[in-house]
Amino acid sequence: MLKIWSMKQQQQAASNAEGGQKKKKVTAAQLRAQKDITELSLPSTMRTHFPDPDDILNFTLTIEPDEGMYKGGSFKFTFAINSNFPHEPPKVKCTHKIYHPNIDLEGNVCLNILREDWKPVLNLNAVIVGLQFLFLEPNPSDPLNKEAAEDLRLTRDNFKRNVKNSMQGGFVKSTQFDRVLK
Amino acid sequence: MLQSGAGGLGCEILKNLALSGFKDIHVIDMDTIDVSNLNRQFLFRQADVGKPKATVAAEFVMKRVKGVKITPYYGAIQDKGPDYYMQFQLVICGLDSVEARRWINATLVEMVDPQNPESLKPLIDGGTEGFKGQSRVILPTLGSCYECSLDMLTPRTAVPMCTLASIPRQPAHCIEWASILEWPRVMGDKKLDNDDPEHIQWLYEKALERAREFNISGVTYSMTQGVVKNIIPAIASTNAIIAASCCNEALKIVTSSNPYLNNYMMYIGDEGVYTHTFAHEQKDGCPVCGNMATDFHAKADWTLDEFIERLKEKPDVQIKKPTLTTERRKLYYAGPPQLNELTKPNLDKRLKDLLDSGEEVAITDPGLPFSLRLNVIFS
Ligand SMILES: [Zn+2]
Repeated sequence: MLKIWSMKQQQQAASNAEGGQKKKKVTAAQLRAQKDITELSLPSTMRTHFPDPDDILNFTLTIEPDEGMYKGGSFKFTFAINSNFPHEPPKVKCTHKIYHPNIDLEGNVCLNILREDWKPVLNLNAVIVGLQFLFLEPNPSDPLNKEAAEDLRLTRDNFKRNVKNSMQGGFVKSTQFDRVLK
Repeated sequence: MLQSGAGGLGCEILKNLALSGFKDIHVIDMDTIDVSNLNRQFLFRQADVGKPKATVAAEFVMKRVKGVKITPYYGAIQDKGPDYYMQFQLVICGLDSVEARRWINATLVEMVDPQNPESLKPLIDGGTEGFKGQSRVILPTLGSCYECSLDMLTPRTAVPMCTLASIPRQPAHCIEWASILEWPRVMGDKKLDNDDPEHIQWLYEKALERAREFNISGVTYSMTQGVVKNIIPAIASTNAIIAASCCNEALKIVTSSNPYLNNYMMYIGDEGVYTHTFAHEQKDGCPVCGNMATDFHAKADWTLDEFIERLKEKPDVQIKKPTLTTERRKLYYAGPPQLNELTKPNLDKRLKDLLDSGEEVAITDPGLPFSLRLNVIFS
């Protein structure tokens, strides 16, 4: 044990720090979330909102695509970051019922980096870019809403019409969707 | 010394420590004994099911090994503060949760007080996952810490959400479907409690139904429990090997009888027996140990804006658009717009109205590898 302490003393002498009193620190998860959130580079089609500004670990992201089949819509997602971030990915859910092959009727999102491909070196920006991409290029090969995926695979034009209809609060088959026009 | 965790690895560690001659051991664990533990957690018997692991393990080992005093604590490591951890010479961990290990690591790093040799507590961390395991010696602030190597951890292999939703192939897929998609759909905001047998039963039944639908066999109640709690099958021999290594290191460190492990030993036992020992390096800008707070002298009358300008003048840091916080409040957020608006008024406030002298300010900035911590001292 003595030897370990002499290592500390040498290190101390080298760095010549003074050392203050001990106080509570911001946790690593929180600091990492802070870094990610303040360094988000959001295009004009996206914005964040913090319902409780004291709690940076829970916020919403609104995406308003300016191109593609979902143009004209306003889609809100909740982000929940837990104390094990970035070891665990943030939990993301869509708060609207929308007609999308990769988002189910409960708002679950199928995005690889939110689950199987998440790595601690990824940041929130990567997740947000991924979400944006889902609206530009809905992907029928990773279906979470099977009917929508089937629809997109069969006739793109029909799918387009259904998306438009659903965004106005209309029905697709027997399901009514939320009106999400901005 | 303190041992944290009294599960599979913990049972081995406690037995080894006692037999190695350690006389005063404290053991913390927040779990109670489950039937499924009995095959490898050899300090527990059928009659102990439902009792706290820490208490039963302590009693068993004290009965078998004469002259050792073991003090159990049934609860979470987070229940205790620095005063508690200060009483030990060394901490040895056999935990299965990344979160708990991050916490104990950060706590021990934070406790190091350059004025007090007693405050540096070596941390020996053991971990196993199936046939793989590792043991490491962490000297808080002197070398690589647990957080430094977090990127090395392979997060658990998750199955794509759409596989769960549309094409389950394995019993585990049906169980994950039940817990991730079906529970929130049916139960709404009601939180799933992994320790509630009724909740597990519900998931089990849903998973079973779904498995039938897709012609998948093998869903059982205990498998449901295992998948939901994310239990990787534990291998008794892996636990024994890692525990032996950890206890060896503990003995060498406290007796100074031999050089200790520098600082990471990984063991892979699925194809033969392979170990590799290397010195894991401290990570530049590690959020826990890579940027220990340094003192920064400031005038109590400076505004926050002036303080930031002075920071930008520091030659050793490249700060452009900093965000500043303390443990209790946001000082200034460079973005996003909502938080920037909210904290902007602080720029004109004086430091003495925002901080106490000696309080730690954490700064993140696009120009910093991670963050900068300063103890702001008023002069
Ligand atoms: Zn570190």
